[in-house]
Amino acid sequence: MTATTATGARPGRLDLAGYLACFNGIVWREVLRFLHQRERFLAALVRPLVWLFIFAAGFRQVLGVSIIPPYETYVLYEVFVTPGLVAMVLLFNAMQTSLSMVHDRETGTMRTLLVSPFPRSFLLLSKLMGGVAVALLQAYAFLLIAYFWEVEPPPIGYLAVLPALVLSGLMLGALALFMSSVIRQLENFAGVMNFVIFPMFFASSALYPLWRIKESSPLLYEICGANPFTYAVELIRFALYGQLEPVSLAVVVGFTAAFLAAAVFAYNPSKGLLARRGEPGRGGG
Amino acid sequence: MKPVPPQSFNAETDALLVRGVSHRFGPVPALDDVSLRVPRGGFVVLLGPNGAGKSTLFALITRLFDNVTGEIRILGHDVRRQPAAALRQLGVVFQSRSLDADLTVLQNLAYHAALHGIGRPEGRRRALEALDKVGLADRAGARVRTLSGGQSRRVEIARALLHDPACLLLDEATVGLDVASRESALAIVRGLVKERGVGVLWATHLVDEVADDDRVVLLHKGRVRFAGPVPDLLDLAQEGSLRGAFMRVTEDARATEARA
Repeated sequence: MTATTATGARPGRLDLAGYLACFNGIVWREVLRFLHQRERFLAALVRPLVWLFIFAAGFRQVLGVSIIPPYETYVLYEVFVTPGLVAMVLLFNAMQTSLSMVHDRETGTMRTLLVSPFPRSFLLLSKLMGGVAVALLQAYAFLLIAYFWEVEPPPIGYLAVLPALVLSGLMLGALALFMSSVIRQLENFAGVMNFVIFPMFFASSALYPLWRIKESSPLLYEICGANPFTYAVELIRFALYGQLEPVSLAVVVGFTAAFLAAAVFAYNPSKGLLARRGEPGRGGG
Repeated sequence: MKPVPPQSFNAETDALLVRGVSHRFGPVPALDDVSLRVPRGGFVVLLGPNGAGKSTLFALITRLFDNVTGEIRILGHDVRRQPAAALRQLGVVFQSRSLDADLTVLQNLAYHAALHGIGRPEGRRRALEALDKVGLADRAGARVRTLSGGQSRRVEIARALLHDPACLLLDEATVGLDVASRESALAIVRGLVKERGVGVLWATHLVDEVADDDRVVLLHKGRVRFAGPVPDLLDLAQEGSLRGAFMRVTEDARATEARA
């Protein structure tokens, strides 16, 4: 029951049911927003499909992939590149969420979230999970289409990849959340593309196996090894074939915790970046 | 000019109490020893020109970031020490539009209800009730982007009421509205004060939104220059109109600062 005060007011609940209602509301809003923006769904789907249909087809003859775990036979380049493209879906979605949070902050929508009586870390985590839910829709839609393009992981892989997608989505989402507090204006998002998305994606094992990279450039191999996105790709790649890659799991969990801590700090009312910059002062009053 | 009369506070029953709050952004002072109170069932106008510090004060009250000095209490709850208890008693209409244009009116309100721990069926019921209160029950299913500026503002007022707050803050709520929409929004909020006993802090830079018997807090360059009923302000400034008194007080403040 909703509590009623002596004055007849009925404020909301802050118990477990209240937390659940709040979490559901935030996640549901993210999903609704995504479903309302059909062109966003289309763009999110077309991007990896272009890579799969055109880039991978073109490179099929150029890039040979030897038998490396988790693959037990030689695989087509399309098969190799699919986990990387799934991770790319997560990466772009996370950055899209970051962009929408900068937009929300500029328009004021973000403040309706932050003025909720629930702890800010809970609100941010819920927002993050909303972004992950949207990313899952995109990733599975892509995997479905890829299936008809002869990328056919075992049926169990579709289930096993779910926790890997959630975890990787959380890691990239937490990074994006932190970035949304650092980016001052929407215009700076082009910089995010150049300095975050592209380097993260290209300096990873998404497009080429690490041993190939090591052969051509030991330095690039080291960079790929330090890139958390590489571990997200490998976690997804192994999970898609029903296997667990423990090193990738540990690295992804570690980076998720670190990025989350940074994001919660950035949005902390007393220590965070908003307090130092005086974000709402732009209103003019 | 006579000195600003002192205010009496009641930390337990005031809908909003701000006492001795100062804030600066780096070297720039934004608020200097600001104190004000909004009693339950009271309508207080926070009057100040652009850049007076109204939005900074609102950011502190809504705990977007913490006040460094002084205290802010909502229905007796300290915003910094008891944020959950304080924020659940607070409804806010922000200066910038904050509805999600892609969603329907009802979806926007249900989202806000959820942010206050109110589940979907109850949230929907309250949303329809609140929309009825602001005369927009028939637009519940409409996308927000199809609403006029005035209608959006009324939806934001309805949204701020969903969790039955004891204190309502409105930051330049009528900016960009035509005269009729402004009057409508103001009338709705004044009605709430009478019907529900909500304490309202109405921030504006427009003197014509102030009624003859309102209490005003005049904020200028981060400082409270006057706090009390309008007749006292007119008396203090020795002016016949509020506009004149407002100009007089802000000019006096400028002159004092220039001498300092």
